[in-house]
Amino acid sequence: MNNLNYIIKRLLQMIPVLFIVTVIVFLLMRLIPGDPAALMLGEKASNEAIEALRIKMGLDKSLFTQFFIFFKDLLHFDLGDSIRYSVPVADLLKERIPVTVLLTIVSTFFTIIISMPLGYLAGIKKDKPTDQVIRILALLGLSIPSFWIALVLLLIFGVKFQLFPVSGWGITWADHLRSLILPGITQAIGVSAIVVRNLRNNVVDIKNSDYVDYAKSKGLSNKIIRERHIIRNALIPTTTLLSLKIAWMLGGSVIIETVFTLPGVGALLVNGIYSRDYSIVQGVVIIFVLVVQVINLITDVIYSILDPRVKLQ
Amino acid sequence: MNTNSNKDKLDKKRIPLWKRSPAFTIGSIIILCIFIIAFFPGIFTSINPTEINAKELLKAPSPQHLFGTDHLGRDVYARVIWGTRVDLAVGIFAMLIPFIVGTALGLISGYYGGKIDAILMRILDIFMAFPYMVLAIAIVAVIGAGITGLYISMWLLGWKEYTRLVRSEVLVVKNMEYIQAVKVLGYSDGRILLRHILPNVLSSSIVYGASDIVMCMIAGASLSFLGLGVQAPTPEWGAIISGGKSFLSTAWWITVFPGLLMAITGLGFSLLGDGLSDILRTKSH
Repeated sequence: MNNLNYIIKRLLQMIPVLFIVTVIVFLLMRLIPGDPAALMLGEKASNEAIEALRIKMGLDKSLFTQFFIFFKDLLHFDLGDSIRYSVPVADLLKERIPVTVLLTIVSTFFTIIISMPLGYLAGIKKDKPTDQVIRILALLGLSIPSFWIALVLLLIFGVKFQLFPVSGWGITWADHLRSLILPGITQAIGVSAIVVRNLRNNVVDIKNSDYVDYAKSKGLSNKIIRERHIIRNALIPTTTLLSLKIAWMLGGSVIIETVFTLPGVGALLVNGIYSRDYSIVQGVVIIFVLVVQVINLITDVIYSILDPRVKLQ
Repeated sequence: MNTNSNKDKLDKKRIPLWKRSPAFTIGSIIILCIFIIAFFPGIFTSINPTEINAKELLKAPSPQHLFGTDHLGRDVYARVIWGTRVDLAVGIFAMLIPFIVGTALGLISGYYGGKIDAILMRILDIFMAFPYMVLAIAIVAVIGAGITGLYISMWLLGWKEYTRLVRSEVLVVKNMEYIQAVKVLGYSDGRILLRHILPNVLSSSIVYGASDIVMCMIAGASLSFLGLGVQAPTPEWGAIISGGKSFLSTAWWITVFPGLLMAITGLGFSLLGDGLSDILRTKSH
């Protein structure tokens, strides 16, 4: 019951944040120098065409009225029309959200596979060569830009060995999954670097804690101590970190989707900027913020479930 | 107690720095080399990085062109070497302004509390609501692609981590006895903040700053990779890699080499940051 109250409270707190974000995004798009209608139609457009588009976009009205219309439409999930694709932005998003969601799921899967064993191993073998090697690998993972990792993976597994498609998304589900493996690994490398360091430090702290000493003095076997006491407890903060990093991955999808030419929301944002299609930029940014807010809320709730000492308030 | 800490001090003196923190030492050496390349690229190459040569298109690495040439016949080695100063500058300057502003805001917010703190924290919440790359790209879209847009978007986005870090430390420090003491002495707020609080909360900002340089460098290169940051023909690692993307199957060298140097630079700063955090932590103990 308490949890439910907390969730409702947080959802209510989200409203002002989302409102201000909407205002910021709206103003940002209006701050762009030049007339959006002229920018969108290009240099060769006639004055009549520009004027017609201005009226269609509501640019002839006052800023306040424009925002009012924009916000009213937003509440009906109407994010305006894309000039480039001539379809509602909401429809574009509906098509593309599943791609980004799938990419995030695959990335999370690889992150868990890569980071959990490495982080645990480094913590248990603190200061031994294994630990040193894993720490250097983690630092490298932090230091390399994802677009380069993506291209090197493409070079090796796409161009050289031709195991995976070099670009695109395919038609069948099997195609989709195959084309998500390299992007997923790319995202996972960057995120794993952070997760490994966190998990390692947690394991080190817990290994030295009183209750582990107590478990040892009770004569419990190393295996039981590791499984019941160390791994379980070390995973609590790491799970929180991982779910926060899922929000971060959404930002990373902008680059990954562009490199691998996946038809996701991130690539849509970049294309929107290239083609000066500002209703797309506006819509994508708002969707991203909404999703990040929801993920943060879920993270807090998961944390309180995993660690009963944490009270949601 | 006293003899113990004296002994600690002696021990510290006896163990040389490179042994106490190999990470710091290796990181410093790497960064020193990178700085030399950035300041004196002429030592490492005499080739003009922007010179187009129609006879030498997409040539593989050879003694003449160590890293090969790109689709315009430009020498990739020269471009990577001259790009070092651009990327290093982005990493450092994109980090420096937020470091100063963020630390100052953290000091003020933590020390004065009340309304200022509440307002700053709400602004911070709003900024935290955006995924970094998404807002960075949106801001660049508004200002226009280029180095100015790149810096402004990173300055607008980078301060919040410093503010949070410093604020939380100030909240602890400001209730300590020695701060109470200097307050009783009637020192001005400015003097207390700068002379007595700042030195005690700065180390966390510095440690974060070292790793922030890497993040800024990566973010800057990512924007340039997308064509929104540093513009052609300026040699910049992200932009060089972006140029090589279309020739991945025929000319891998355009993509691979700039990334390698970037990885080494990033690793250098990361090691430096890790080492700094070890050194500063033992100091504060």
